Amino acid sequence: MPFVDTQLVLFDEDYRKVLGVCERLARDAHAKGVFVVDKNGLLMAEAGDVRGLDTTSLASLTAGSIAATGGLAKIIGEEEFPIHFHQGARDNLHMTVVAKRIILVVIFDDRSSLGLVRLRVKKAGSELARLFEEIQKKSERNRNSATSPFAEITDDDIDKLFAD
Amino acid sequence: MSFINYASREINCKVVFYGPGLCGKTTNLQFIYAKTNPDLKGKMISLATETERTLFFDFLPLALGQIRGFKTRFHLYTVPGQVFYDASRKLILKGVDGVVFVADSQIERMEANLESLDNLRVNLGEQGYDLAKVPYIVQYNKRDLPNAAPLDEMRRLLNPGGAPDFEACATVGKGVFETLKAVAKGVLTDLKRMAR
Repeated sequence: MPFVDTQLVLFDEDYRKVLGVCERLARDAHAKGVFVVDKNGLLMAEAGDVRGLDTTSLASLTAGSIAATGGLAKIIGEEEFPIHFHQGARDNLHMTVVAKRIILVVIFDDRSSLGLVRLRVKKAGSELARLFEEIQKKSERNRNSATSPFAEITDDDIDKLFAD
Repeated sequence: MSFINYASREINCKVVFYGPGLCGKTTNLQFIYAKTNPDLKGKMISLATETERTLFFDFLPLALGQIRGFKTRFHLYTVPGQVFYDASRKLILKGVDGVVFVADSQIERMEANLESLDNLRVNLGEQGYDLAKVPYIVQYNKRDLPNAAPLDEMRRLLNPGGAPDFEACATVGKGVFETLKAVAKGVLTDLKRMAR
């Protein structure tokens, strides 16, 4: 069925809740970093020690990877492969699709374990699913209201962006 | 699908460069990357084959400045142009806010242009988008080549709807930023329209 994603708006209050879940997960799973990425490749929140990481590229490639394996899943009759695990020599990457719309990414090393990460991700994933359901509903409610920053933008504002 | 983050005061939009194989989609992004202030761009990622043909996508994050206190960020993607990578093209179009169709001006590539444009319409349609309603720019690339088709002919075949269009020679950058500005403006104007 054709489906056009609606614009997603993340308000401060919701962002803090999402960030809270990420920070708790990073702590409880002894993870190096936790990221919430939109399936279209946009980074929404990050927690843990992510210094030096190119998080924009990480988000885009995560989405690309999930999209590609999702395509593979459909070929063999699965709707999606919701859990991905990549093992490295030092660091590992765990990705989970949450609420069909976002991807929860956890980077961890030998201070943690796959079992612990899976356990903690399961709980955090459920919390994020609930949160994003609310965020989605709010975005749809606000879609045509004056709360969008675009409601105030004038043609001049847009022209100024391209002035030079 | 744009994403507005009030916490970081950012607006993120996705633009996809579409077109037949070897039309210059990656070259457009490479030129933008090369000529953009390092503070305004992220790393450019190219998932390509050993012969530098795009395998999955190229990706370039770009900051365009602020509007009413919101940083505007554009994520530029290319699709693999070769016909058999259609599954990948569909994935990359997901959540798109604006499309640039890069046409190859060489007269012998006209059929490939038409096939790719048709493919764009179909793939957008599968996701519930209508090409006539999506912010859309046409770029006639490789205008410097001796075998370039007449512009009028290309317009008639590839841009019957009269979308904003530009002549280009992406290898030297001619028309590249004009195209980028036009699509970014189209996306922002569309978001403004939707907010009303």
